[in-house]
Amino acid sequence: MRIHVDRAVCDNNGRCVFAAPDVFSFDDDEELVYDPAPPREAAGAVTRAAADCPLRAITVEGARE
Amino acid sequence: MSGTLGPVVIVGAGLAGLRAATALRGLGYTGSLTIVGDEPDPPYDRPPLSKEVLTGRLPAAATDLPLPAGLDARLVLGRAAVRLDRAARTVLLDDGTPLRYGGLVVATGASAAPWPGPGAPPERGVHLLRGRRDAVALREALLGGGPVLVAGGGFLGCEVASAARSMGLPVTLVDPAGSPLEAAVGPAAGSFMAAVQTDAGVDLRMGATVAELPDRRGSALLSDGTRVAARTVVLALGARPNTAWLRGSGLGLDPGTGALLCDDRGRALDHRGSPVPGIVALGDAAAPPHPFPGPGAPAHLALGHWSEAVDHAAAAAAALLGGAPPPEPAVPSFWSDQFGLRIRSVGVPRAADLAEVLEHDLTNRRLEVVYRRGGRTVGALTVGRTSRLAAHRQRIVRERAGQEVRTDSGITVGRMP
Repeated sequence: MRIHVDRAVCDNNGRCVFAAPDVFSFDDDEELVYDPAPPREAAGAVTRAAADCPLRAITVEGARE
Repeated sequence: MSGTLGPVVIVGAGLAGLRAATALRGLGYTGSLTIVGDEPDPPYDRPPLSKEVLTGRLPAAATDLPLPAGLDARLVLGRAAVRLDRAARTVLLDDGTPLRYGGLVVATGASAAPWPGPGAPPERGVHLLRGRRDAVALREALLGGGPVLVAGGGFLGCEVASAARSMGLPVTLVDPAGSPLEAAVGPAAGSFMAAVQTDAGVDLRMGATVAELPDRRGSALLSDGTRVAARTVVLALGARPNTAWLRGSGLGLDPGTGALLCDDRGRALDHRGSPVPGIVALGDAAAPPHPFPGPGAPAHLALGHWSEAVDHAAAAAAALLGGAPPPEPAVPSFWSDQFGLRIRSVGVPRAADLAEVLEHDLTNRRLEVVYRRGGRTVGALTVGRTSRLAAHRQRIVRERAGQEVRTDSGITVGRMP
């Protein structure tokens, strides 16, 4: 599974962090940090995070649960 | 579980209607799906309308919501539902078309509260902002120059003020509260935003309302007796759920707001408070149970956030299909970008009896406030501190489940009104 976040679109809404806190977080400088290749177990949460993003900035490939 | 449900009719072609349709297909519903929308436009996203669309950073057409592949829905646009006949399981449209349903989704959203009077607003110069066409019209007006008078200091009014200031226009913001956003997030966050807005050049007139719209010379009268010059007036006075078409159907409408009452699974309630089979509601038209029930809190709450439509779609679709309820109730959230700041919030700040300010730094434009009621965390708000929000949200979930109640600490700045 691969994740890509379009940083030109991301507005630090934070909903991906709520949906998949093991994959997405913010550092102290308010920069979004994420695991671009999360483990298979995270597929459900990552799919939710992508669907939850108001800016549709998250693309997920190969997230079959 | 999709075998027995008849045709599904979704009334409302906004975010809530589209998310409900997507969730129904995602749960395996393969039957007929009709989405009815009263606007001629295909589904679009509202949050950018009061921000990027006003400033011109985003063309209005760019707010179109993509229709997911495999949605296989019939879109009936430019038609409003005018009546619900539950006995005949039929929705009547304004062109006389009856739509039979096996399952009905109420997602008709809300409208902007109109000018309360006195008098009727003139044909030009006074704007509401709810739909995409409203945003296009207001942008045109702002391009014609100021000054701009914004009536209502909620999130919408403040975002409009921000957009108008960024275009270099003189802006006056009027609100009956002591500071902008105060009704939603309390006086501590409100006074922070008042300082930000004053610094940005907004002429704040708090503790007042617009008493009379501008006269021929473009001079409006405020309730405090002062006059304000205004070429364009924006009325940001709140939203009203679009549920007039449900009157007489026997469904339970909130006596205060008119929102359709529903349970935690989105099932519409009848006037006795019992769930009605085959009808669910979500989005701005729906009033689900209060996320933090307790003494003094209303039983149902229509928050009107983007997150409400999204977070309740799966539960409503499952309820319609006879599936299982959600494992845990959603935690509301909202965001607002204004005056170069990112305001982010979780929970329901307005449900608090106490606001605890953890950081208040106007120089670096950072704010962190935790909202409590009876010692439990019910909300949090940050400006420039989104990194802190997820932990607050987890605390809200834990304390709501009764697993942990923290004692108060930190600096108490003020009780919530």
